[in-house]
Amino acid sequence: MEKNIILAGVGGQGILSIAAVIDWAALDAGLHLRQAEVHGMSQRGGAVQSHLRISDSELFADLISLGTADLILSVEPLESLRYLPWLAPGGQVVTSTDPFVNVEGYPPVERIIKALNYAVEPLLVPAEKLARQAGSARASNMVMLGAAAPFTGFEPECLEAGIEALFGAKGQEIVEINVRAFRTGHQLTNA
Amino acid sequence: MNSTRLLLLGAEAVAQGAIDAGLSGVYAYPGTPSTEITEYIQRSAEARVLGIRSSWSSNEKTAYEAALGMSYAGKRSLVCMKHVGLNVAADAFINSAITGVNGGLVLAVADDPSMHSSQNEQDSRFYGRFAMVPVLEPASQQELYDAMFHAFALSESVKLPVMVRMTTRLSHSRAGIKRRSAAVAQHPLHAEYAPERYVLMPHNARRQYQHLLDLQPQLEALSASSFLNRTVEGTTTLGVIAFGIGFNYVMEARRMHGIKCRVLKIGQYPPPRQQIDNLFAACETVLMVEEGYPVYEELFRGYFGSPKIRGRMDGALPRTGELTTDLVASALGTKKPETTTVPEIVINRPPELCRGCGHRDLFEVLNLVMREQAEHHVFSDIGCYTLGALPPFRAISTCVDMGASITMAKGAADAGLRPAVCVIGDSTFAHSGMTGLLDAVNDRSPVTIIIADNNTTAMTGGQTSSASGSKLERICRGLGVEEAHLRTIVPLKQHLQENVAVLREEIAYDGVSVVIARRECIESAAKKKRRSAAKGE
Repeated sequence: MEKNIILAGVGGQGILSIAAVIDWAALDAGLHLRQAEVHGMSQRGGAVQSHLRISDSELFADLISLGTADLILSVEPLESLRYLPWLAPGGQVVTSTDPFVNVEGYPPVERIIKALNYAVEPLLVPAEKLARQAGSARASNMVMLGAAAPFTGFEPECLEAGIEALFGAKGQEIVEINVRAFRTGHQLTNA
Repeated sequence: MNSTRLLLLGAEAVAQGAIDAGLSGVYAYPGTPSTEITEYIQRSAEARVLGIRSSWSSNEKTAYEAALGMSYAGKRSLVCMKHVGLNVAADAFINSAITGVNGGLVLAVADDPSMHSSQNEQDSRFYGRFAMVPVLEPASQQELYDAMFHAFALSESVKLPVMVRMTTRLSHSRAGIKRRSAAVAQHPLHAEYAPERYVLMPHNARRQYQHLLDLQPQLEALSASSFLNRTVEGTTTLGVIAFGIGFNYVMEARRMHGIKCRVLKIGQYPPPRQQIDNLFAACETVLMVEEGYPVYEELFRGYFGSPKIRGRMDGALPRTGELTTDLVASALGTKKPETTTVPEIVINRPPELCRGCGHRDLFEVLNLVMREQAEHHVFSDIGCYTLGALPPFRAISTCVDMGASITMAKGAADAGLRPAVCVIGDSTFAHSGMTGLLDAVNDRSPVTIIIADNNTTAMTGGQTSSASGSKLERICRGLGVEEAHLRTIVPLKQHLQENVAVLREEIAYDGVSVVIARRECIESAAKKKRRSAAKGE
């Protein structure tokens, strides 16, 4: 078993929390894992990505090779397009449809969706709306993780345990909101 | 949790390894991608119980010298920096190889090939060769952890500082780490009285330098038996020498494409001669895979070249930038995979100053005032405010090295440029700005120095600044800045006009003036708020 996942977004959107939950599940399952992330200058409102590799045998590279990602999970629509060269044939793109517009010339969302539909069969997630329903717009990253869960290779229960482990220190209420957000997202693919 | 492994960044694996290897103190100035080593030790409850000293130093040179002092006193010390930080600490580093050490001294240096967060991609292994000390370059997070035990022991056995070199990709990637059960106890205080080693007057220095030269064969022999160097057998006449993290890409490409090349993994320098000779004897072609400069490729090719060697210098691999599995696979002769292309509508998303950041208001003021001038040059420095070079502000014209804003403004003023204005952050000023200010004061140079005081080292994630708040005014006064030309402004929208007036006056002054633009970093203010909310205050 080997899974290569690219997490994409803009600095500050919480992709590292998504990574941390999957990392936890991978470690708990006794799997090998590498998760490369971006720190420093580009974090400030720039495009950020995390390469996450999970395997039951030894892993070497921290980076995913072109054309070998099983999943691109993006919390921002434009960012989901940026990493298409890494997508494996038959790989899945799961993206939020909420744009983060902080640059001039940001294309209309409809054009982004069109480009995505042209290239792949994406799963589109109105993450912020669903996160609000779950209790907080800030939990939209967990909505995204929920929606992408079937493509991660982990049972939803394992990921939920990861959410509890990650948010536990912040109190039961925060855990519940995030688990609810995860389940709301998960219903999209599991209905 | 089923697993006993710790999930750590490479940088954190260095930190945990050092703690478990009997560390007594860490010294560092923040710099991407090395910052997380020290931060981890600062956060570690174990390190606190063990009394490991860990607060930030003013710059890499003071950090290195303090680490050397701790080593002199007999204890194990760690000093951490980014690659360009080693330029600042180079004087101390090179000379500590001549004096040698007492307690284990490990320099952890993190290079940034591809310049993700840096102004160059210099390779610290050059410095390692220059200083003639052992250099370790582990390939994985687990190796980094294990290498720290080895590094301290090695440092004490050969009585030299040991460099542990890593790069961004390893430092900022996480993996599960198996910890050793038995931690090493810290050394007791045992300062070494050995002026014949530590007083580097010529007669001592000559003897010590000869000793360092004499040690080299022993260092090479130690590399030959190091767990960081090993051979992977193969069946083809193609051989690869894979240095540090380059090994990972070679092994990945080998597995993906079924390539059966021999691989010599090198993770400890000086490189082991015998293993290299064996590989060259068995192979028709040898690919050199180095993450960084082609340091050893150039050396192995020699002046007259060797047709056998492939690498970054003949285009088999790109001359610049980080390696990837794809680049290495292509150098090993595989075809590039067909992939989906990026649609044209995807535009770049460069980094920017945070919404609500005080630097935004400062640059607005600065642009208004500079627009009135015939010359618009603003010398600047390294920090978040470097982003003022980008739209919408385009407010600064230089960023070279830590502290260069003040001294470059001074030099330009000496040349006749008016006005000579510069912007430097509080932490950068403490790092390397103070001596430049003293030069300007001594020369009565007509410069306007804006210290953007956001009370933190923001770009690297909000570490404590060595000089901010009223300490800055005291430093400036102490260095001789006249009271009338030491001004403070608060960069907020509502103070725009008043701030423009202050800056205009000081630019008009024909001498040294310092304008401190003081407003807390919005990120660290938000962090504080979240922390106190979590505590229920």
